Amino acid sequence: MDIFDFSDGREGYYGEYGGVFLPEILQATIEELLECFRECKADPTFWQEYVALLQNYSGRPTPVTYLENLSRELGGAQIYVKRDDLNHTGSHKINNVMGQGLLTKRLGKKRVIAETGAGQHGFATATMAAKFGFDCKIYMGAVDVARQRPNVFWMENLGAEVIAVEDGQKTLKDAVNECMRDWVTNMADTHYILGTACGPHPFPEMVSWFQSIIGMEAREQILAQTGRLPNRVYACVGGGSNAMGLFQGFFDEPNIELVGCEAGGEGVGSYMHSARLAYDDASVGVAQGYKTYFLQNEEGNMNETHSVAAGLDYIGVNPIFAHLHDQGKVRFEAATDAEVKETLKLTMRTEGLIPALESTHGFVVALKEAATMSKDEIVLVNMSGRGDKDIFTIADALDDSKWKRFIEGKADQYRRERG
Amino acid sequence: MGLQSYIAERKRGKDILVMAHVVCGYPSFEENMQELEIMAEAGVDLVELQFPFSEPSADGPLFVHANEESLKAGTTIDQCFKFMAEVSARFPFKVLMMGYYNTAFKMGEERFVERVKEAGGVGYILPDLPVEEAVNLHRLSEEAGIEPIILMTPTSSDKRLAKLGLASRGMVYAVARKGVTGSKTNMGDDVLALIERCRQHTNMPIGVGFGISSKSDLDFLRGHADIAIVGTAALKIWKDEGAPGLKTFFAELMA
Ligand SMILES: Cc1ncc(COP(=O)(O)O)c(C=O)c1O
Repeated sequence: MDIFDFSDGREGYYGEYGGVFLPEILQATIEELLECFRECKADPTFWQEYVALLQNYSGRPTPVTYLENLSRELGGAQIYVKRDDLNHTGSHKINNVMGQGLLTKRLGKKRVIAETGAGQHGFATATMAAKFGFDCKIYMGAVDVARQRPNVFWMENLGAEVIAVEDGQKTLKDAVNECMRDWVTNMADTHYILGTACGPHPFPEMVSWFQSIIGMEAREQILAQTGRLPNRVYACVGGGSNAMGLFQGFFDEPNIELVGCEAGGEGVGSYMHSARLAYDDASVGVAQGYKTYFLQNEEGNMNETHSVAAGLDYIGVNPIFAHLHDQGKVRFEAATDAEVKETLKLTMRTEGLIPALESTHGFVVALKEAATMSKDEIVLVNMSGRGDKDIFTIADALDDSKWKRFIEGKADQYRRERG
Repeated sequence: MGLQSYIAERKRGKDILVMAHVVCGYPSFEENMQELEIMAEAGVDLVELQFPFSEPSADGPLFVHANEESLKAGTTIDQCFKFMAEVSARFPFKVLMMGYYNTAFKMGEERFVERVKEAGGVGYILPDLPVEEAVNLHRLSEEAGIEPIILMTPTSSDKRLAKLGLASRGMVYAVARKGVTGSKTNMGDDVLALIERCRQHTNMPIGVGFGISSKSDLDFLRGHADIAIVGTAALKIWKDEGAPGLKTFFAELMA
């Protein structure tokens, strides 16, 4: 199956989803981007350069780890984890960012902008901009700036300017709008490094292409380690880039079940979640440059979303997944905030792994299902990011009293020093 | 009477027309009505009524805030259409719906066209709907006799302008510069060159918008553009100086 073959459909459409819904002023810019992307995709040396860059800068290939203890404890399927947390900057976001960085050079542009939710994508973009010598501005919702200060700290120290967006819900979607506003003004010298497989064509295809390196590696690695392919493959879905990345390694296998794990927040019926496909609350709409399922009201205005994981806290979902969901090719489940906290403790204690809160959503569903499967089955989970660098968020999520006392002490110390 | 002939008729009396803008429900529908009274009195020819949307990504800070506050106050699409009907019945100027495509998409394109028409609107401006995606909506509009307003921009290639020209009906909205609504545009050769390029690709009257805020801007456009489109500047005056300020603003603008 080649979902990116548009020859008998409409360019940039996956079923009825996707497309380009942008102001006329950006039309020329998006055409230029599409043309450049087509050249890169057709040029094998571009991909070679991309892979070499990730090997030498970010530590790829990332390993696949067998979770021996958890598999034994649950007594079901054998659990394997793809370790994209071991990338430089701590998540899969760097794959896309390095790819788009190379593309920015080809476009001859000198400035990059990016939206960020959890801060991982902004962090990766600031890193790339420092390495490639680009000016860099990161837009981040004010709510996210407040809950992700460590990532803001690193972005600023890497030389990026971080703008706290005060409009709307002050989260990821508002940061995307602000990037659009910057882009319509500065497109002549600026490339917009969109951080997930959403937005107008060619972004969903382009981001998926860069992230496909995860699935290519994982397929070989699991074959090498187990001599066979997994029965089920799991990944968390915010916009859908890490999941698209991993799933592409297995799309052609009709017997492998692909499971996207969304943010269930406070659960079904709470309206405080970000589950577009797993729950029934979303409907088809057009916003932020593309058509997909959005969490919106009947009049087409976006609803409030929620997740303990800022990186999943988003109104829309990758249009490719909207289509694959319709076709029954990818199954969608949700993990609630409460389940995520429990599972995070479990993976830390039994395997010494600290997945990011986003990635933990994939673990929740995978572990739940693995327990019901047979011992000779295999599940593969994407660990899209590491949690140890999000210590503030995780300490909060786990309500750790010793940590709180430490922070209070630190605050007192700073106050005294300021005198 | 179609938009194009309305514009032609109004232009018999003056050399440039003015299109103004209000965001429905911001600061309130009552204040919208007061603004519109002042605009009508000053002789404004066309008004865009913006239906608020939660993701107004083509708008600048003042309109973003206006969209947000209006929705927070509970503005609904029904209220906007009802207001549109009152406004088009009451004032001599013609009314256009302005908003984002999701508003039309969610209610269904057919219903959208019907409702604009029922409310007395002569057309609509949906800045995030490119012509490629508008084929069905444009066909429905043609059948109903309302006009989709096409935007032409300084970054549009000649090939693109030709395509946009073919789709243009009623009038064309020439975007004077890159960026979002709100900040000032330097009226200069760039703007004249843009109008000139637009004229090569359409016979429709041309309105110039984005950053128009003063009589000198209007004087500059006189003899080049058919319509000057005033958005943010008027809202800013209303916020800062209220009714007396807005009266003076339009009196001076259109003197
Ligand atoms: C570690 C991690 N995983 C997953 C995501 C969700 O994004 P996506 O669905 O595009 O992979 C994020 C987003 O910030 C993230 O930081």
